Amino acid sequence: MAIHKGRGFACINYPIGMNLGGDPAQALVHSTPDGKFMVALSAIDLGQGMKSVTRQIASETLGVPVEDVYVDTADSDTGPHDMGSFASRGTHRVGNAVIRASAEARKQMLEAAAEELEVNASDLDTDGKGNIHVKGAPSRSITVADTAMAAQFKQGRTLAGRGIFLIPPSDADAETGEMTPVTCFAHAALVIDLEVDDETGDVEVKEINSAYEVGRALNPKLVEQQLIGGAWMGVSHALYETTEPQYPKRDHGPQDFNTYLMPGPGQIVPHNIAVLERPAEDAPFGGKGPGEMCANPVLPAVANAIYNAVGIRCDRLPITPEKILRGLRANGGARPQQVR
Amino acid sequence: MARTPLTFTLNDAETGVFVVPGSNLLDVLRRGAGDLTPKQGCAQGTCGSCTVLIDGVPHLSCLTLAETVEGRRIDTTGGLAGGPDLHPLQQAVMEGFAAQCGFCTAGMLMAAKALLDRTPNPTRDEVIEAISGNLCRCTGYEPIVDAILTASARMQGRTA
Repeated sequence: MAIHKGRGFACINYPIGMNLGGDPAQALVHSTPDGKFMVALSAIDLGQGMKSVTRQIASETLGVPVEDVYVDTADSDTGPHDMGSFASRGTHRVGNAVIRASAEARKQMLEAAAEELEVNASDLDTDGKGNIHVKGAPSRSITVADTAMAAQFKQGRTLAGRGIFLIPPSDADAETGEMTPVTCFAHAALVIDLEVDDETGDVEVKEINSAYEVGRALNPKLVEQQLIGGAWMGVSHALYETTEPQYPKRDHGPQDFNTYLMPGPGQIVPHNIAVLERPAEDAPFGGKGPGEMCANPVLPAVANAIYNAVGIRCDRLPITPEKILRGLRANGGARPQQVR
Repeated sequence: MARTPLTFTLNDAETGVFVVPGSNLLDVLRRGAGDLTPKQGCAQGTCGSCTVLIDGVPHLSCLTLAETVEGRRIDTTGGLAGGPDLHPLQQAVMEGFAAQCGFCTAGMLMAAKALLDRTPNPTRDEVIEAISGNLCRCTGYEPIVDAILTASARMQGRTA
């Protein structure tokens, strides 16, 4: 009886969003009378940080301080249409829609400011601090707040923008079956080190080393947070979460959180992450977002590491102690890869 | 069913509610006292998101019979901040990105507060032990452990 060390590797090309039906996302942006901007979305922030990232994107595109932008994702009945928060599409699809809506609102904001300053809108620029000025002449300026006030109470103009991001639906080629299901890919490579106890079948993940390419990391702390948490979820999927055993009948399986296992704070795995930034052409400011990819490569890497450690090729998840022990019995014991 | 009066101290405020006998404390706090900071996750004492302090000791409010807190002191996340000033634990969780969806956060904070109240300088293992009854689905726990250690250090005037 022994503890066997194993190392497993997995890499991933991960599609961002999907193509079915064009995968549309919409955004509506409008200003309040005091020059704050509201971004209305129907995509939901589940904690991954979509509100923070779309707020940054709107602020950057409008040319106003991030503090002056509010993102409202409250209600899909009253908000603009969106396919939803899934398929790792949030940053890319919703972000692109926010850029378009914000660009239109910016155009109207500059036109309203131009009318007040009696100049051409094309000669105006924003300083990102709440002011609009004539290019090359920072002193010829008006605040965003005064612009919004003038637009709404004097000029009778809305400072608003509509944005939709829709990718051309791609049909499969009749001859070859070829199609373009996605517009861009994110990438990752991940190494797992673990130990397998051949007496109990227990697997303990010791360390994760990973490299993720997510386009530009629009909010590096959120990216890191998502990658750490996602890898934990990957370990959980790979080794713990199951409604088995279901024999002799379903009633004996886990039915609640008392018996449905997840790793706890005692199973924290050290995780070293390298984030590589390769801005994507059609992505908002180059950001593709990590999304589901932060969990996915962990599963094959764990399976490979277990094969490396004890020679069991397990193709059903999660890889529970029971499956390890059955595999060991079928193989006549542990067969570490280095020894074979 | 006839309701019975129940009085306790909730975050420094004398509180009185009428409860249906047999109610659990979580329901009474949320619906009776209107403190929505303790969350109902599993409602069976496994996830820890309903954790509150009763006379300073962490309890799962979903498994606590409401009548047992008569005359006692309940602390919830709702009482952590002093006006606009966040508790050092809240500050550290915010700065350390130790919450994503946030559903476990209130329970984590109370488990952590109970720890720091009795062990102001905990080791990493003691922090892990203290939150081992609290499940988190998003963060992988490490940012939470780091945040609690950071808060501990700041409260003791150390740098983490």
